[in-house]
Amino acid sequence: MTDILVYVPDSGKHAAEVLTLARSLGDVSAIAFDDAAASLASEYGAAKVYRVNAAGIDDYFVAPKATVLTDLARQVSPSVFLLPSTDEGKALAARVAVVLDNGLLTDVTGLETDGTARQDIFAGAIIAKSKLAKGFTLATVATGATAAAPAPAEAPVETVEATVSEDDQRVKVAESIDEPAGDRPGLAEADVVVSGGRGVGSADDFALIERVADALGGAVGASRAATDAGYYPHKFQVGQTGTTVSPQLYLAAGISGAIQHRAGMQTSRVIVAVNKDADAPIFGMADFGVVGDLFQVLPQAAEEIEKRK
Amino acid sequence: MNIVVLVKQVPDSGLARQLDAQLRVDRNGANNVMGELDEYAVEAALQLKEAHGGEVTILTLGPDQATETIRKTLAMGADKALHISDESVAGSDALATSKILAAALGRFEWDLVIAGAESTDSGMGIMPHLLAARTGVAAATGARKIDVDGTAVNVEHQRDNGYDVLTTQLPAIVSVWDTINTPRYPSLKGIMAAKRKPIETLTVGDLGIDAAEVGAAAAATEVLEAADRPPRSAGQIVTDEGEGGRALAEFLAAEKFV
Ligand SMILES: Cc1cc2nc3c(=O)[nH]c(=O)nc-3n(C[C@H](O)[C@H](O)[C@H](O)COP(=O)(O)OP(=O)(O)OC[C@H]3O[C@@H](n4cnc5c(N)ncnc54)[C@H](O)[C@@H]3O)c2cc1C
Ligand SMILES: Nc1ncnc2c1ncn2[C@@H]1O[C@H](COP(=O)(O)O)[C@@H](O)[C@H]1O
Repeated sequence: MTDILVYVPDSGKHAAEVLTLARSLGDVSAIAFDDAAASLASEYGAAKVYRVNAAGIDDYFVAPKATVLTDLARQVSPSVFLLPSTDEGKALAARVAVVLDNGLLTDVTGLETDGTARQDIFAGAIIAKSKLAKGFTLATVATGATAAAPAPAEAPVETVEATVSEDDQRVKVAESIDEPAGDRPGLAEADVVVSGGRGVGSADDFALIERVADALGGAVGASRAATDAGYYPHKFQVGQTGTTVSPQLYLAAGISGAIQHRAGMQTSRVIVAVNKDADAPIFGMADFGVVGDLFQVLPQAAEEIEKRK
Repeated sequence: MNIVVLVKQVPDSGLARQLDAQLRVDRNGANNVMGELDEYAVEAALQLKEAHGGEVTILTLGPDQATETIRKTLAMGADKALHISDESVAGSDALATSKILAAALGRFEWDLVIAGAESTDSGMGIMPHLLAARTGVAAATGARKIDVDGTAVNVEHQRDNGYDVLTTQLPAIVSVWDTINTPRYPSLKGIMAAKRKPIETLTVGDLGIDAAEVGAAAAATEVLEAADRPPRSAGQIVTDEGEGGRALAEFLAAEKFV
């Protein structure tokens, strides 16, 4: 008996979290389009893996995958179907919802066996409980909703052969450019994120943020003011229109704490801020804060951390 | 090239936002503004119009006061607007909203629909794909750059770790992030001209949709309860008088990060 369907896009932390949450609700059938995703599903306790083979599917944007997921959902008729809340996961869920005429909950931060979901709304200012009144529970799961916990199993694999219809070939992925990842941990996956804002003042001075990040073994992040000013590349932006992070430690230096920034980091376990303005909103959410000039505070902190290592 | 921009009026995210007694977004406050990313969608449309000619039409589903937001888009340079305003829509979920917007899009000829990547209030980021699924039109979303060349559309789809170049043909639906441009401010001349630009207002019934198919009663989503997030327990804030960095390192060590 299988009743929780999960789309596993890759072998990343977010996918592992969704599998962990799904497992707490029932028997999980995972849908994987490659071997790395399939083995993650086994490692995180899936009872079954649908391994989809569809030649050329990655050459087209979203539509063909949505067709495969819709067909599988129809066939399995799950009680719950979860996807990660990423741009792709949401796009797929939206298309499944329309075709199956089903409701959809996005960005859930928790889910109970009776289908009650938790959602953080207005950038996390309000926590709501919601539910789908009809259909099955179709939801996308926010990053950081659960801590990923492995539960290795030898899940039986069923191969699904699929073809890409002409209709689903209208948006081609002509090119896929990956910017070099560098030596630091990935922003979305890191346990420690050290971010700099407009207060850092220049691209050169981001070296100070990098020094603190390296001392703590963390990733570097930035506010939009810092990425807009060209201090640091856009892909490191944390927030509503950047990456959402949920690390064990988030250190914000020279960041005021605008709502769009908070939206992307407020579920961090421990938040630390350095800002010369005692009234900066970031202090309202900080577990520890230093009111002071980051050019005084951070070098001293880095030295102390390096000494203690 | 005729472009439709989807614009939603939302409560200002910089001010306190609330749910009303029915646990819906409170839209009656005076602090309503254009969706943050929708401004970038309007700008993208105006730039494409400047390059290729054609008309920019704004499509908004929302209460009467959404006219203020529509006026702003007309002042920025959009040519005309279609405003779907109907009491029966209150409490609709995203699926019903997409049904209405899809019906509205069926009323005229267009080549390109541009939306924000996500709205500021619900932040679902799904409307373009809901519409693509309903209308059968191609969707290339999450753009940091859009080029139209004849009937070909090229979109740089932004990812966390790079980007994909998506190519499709008109007609198409695209959505944009804030990396795509810098929205213009309405000029005084634009504000004056906006007063004479046409805004057509329709109800759901005008679109041939039965009021029973939309609104709270038809919604698949049900909000059961809502509460303010419990404040994080007050942290320890110290003022640097020469030892702030060491105090910070001390704290991180006590929390086992060092
Ligand atoms: C559609 C939209 C999307 C957005 N998305 C995002 C997003 O994803 N992420 C994001 O971050 N923002 C986003 N924003 C922008 C957001 O509104 C803020 O403008 C931005 O977060 C501010 O960045 P900041 O805190 O670095 O700059 P500021 O608000 O200018 O703050 C700088 C801070 O540095 C402090 N400071 C200055 N010098 C020093 C010093 N020497 N030592 C210590 N402290 C110092 C100052 O006291 C101040 O508090 C978005 C905005 C819009 C409209
Ligand atoms: N009621 C609406 N009226 C017009 N456009 C909308 C409406 N709701 C959503 N949109 C468009 O769809 C985008 C994504 O919205 P959402 O899926 O709600 O996050 C928004 O940025 C708008 O461009």
